[in-house]
Amino acid sequence: MSDSLYLLAAIGIMALATIATRALPFVLLRDSQHPLVFYLGRYLPPAVMALLVIYSLRHLPGLAWLEIGAYMLAIALTAGLHVWRRNALLSIATGTGVFMLLQQTVLL
Amino acid sequence: MTTSVEPTSAFRASLPVLFGYIPLGIAFGVLFSELGFAWYYAMLMAVAVYAGAAQFMAVGLLAAGAGVVEIGIATLLLNARHMFYGLSMAARFPAGGFARPYLIFALTDETYSLLSSLPPKPRSSTIYVKIAALNQSYWVVGCTLGALLGAGLTLETAGLEFVLVALFVVLAIEQAYTVRAWRPFLIAGFSAAVAAIAVGAEQLLLVALGLTTVLLLLDRARRPVGER
Repeated sequence: MSDSLYLLAAIGIMALATIATRALPFVLLRDSQHPLVFYLGRYLPPAVMALLVIYSLRHLPGLAWLEIGAYMLAIALTAGLHVWRRNALLSIATGTGVFMLLQQTVLL
Repeated sequence: MTTSVEPTSAFRASLPVLFGYIPLGIAFGVLFSELGFAWYYAMLMAVAVYAGAAQFMAVGLLAAGAGVVEIGIATLLLNARHMFYGLSMAARFPAGGFARPYLIFALTDETYSLLSSLPPKPRSSTIYVKIAALNQSYWVVGCTLGALLGAGLTLETAGLEFVLVALFVVLAIEQAYTVRAWRPFLIAGFSAAVAAIAVGAEQLLLVALGLTTVLLLLDRARRPVGER
């Protein structure tokens, strides 16, 4: 198998595997009016958001204290600003800006 | 992107993903270019596969000359978490037309996060499609740029990866305002702790999602009908 054929086959199978995982629940839940589907539609998203926050911080325990502090500060700032103003872009931009500033100045 | 009102524009709602996907896509493209393949294969991957974590993993597997079946199974395992996203979007996505299959195809972590924060019944589903398509376009642009420019590209973006953490934090707060209950968060925290102990932090997401879904359903079953 030539290199580009190998790559094309890999891309093809990856595309199939990815669409399979994303489409499976839609195929299984043909009856999307079922009360359980509504229940999961309501309570699963908040739980998933919490899990994505935790998962995106999974490398934290391996970091230096100073860097963990930068994460904690930026997260507290993002969350606090968001509870105060409820402006998503403002909260995200400010938190990220402060985190980048800390990364590029204090932590270098 | 707030839950109570419809966003004024899909572009505005997608901005955090723009700043997350472009640098992340560039990082992928640069890595991919080191394999020695032409740049348009990176673009093809971003268009046809569109799965960040799986694409990064594939660079390692391709470099090692892993078998195609092996690459497929690894992708299935890594993306299995997406099954849980569909569970909560099945009732929301438009029923017919081209919109539904595209939305299902394009359901990444970040797109799911944005779409699940929209009001359950927006006046039209075009806002869903616009957000999903904008997000993918950022990913395609990032991956293509990175592969084209290769290692010659240096950006002063240290710390920009925090934008996706901030996005998830903000959307978790928005979800808390919408659902007005602590249970989903407590269940998620508990599930994550159990999963981290059972399979390690690197693999926790899939196990934690499964456990969370089971616990949410058990919690519903033990409640009287009126409180569900």
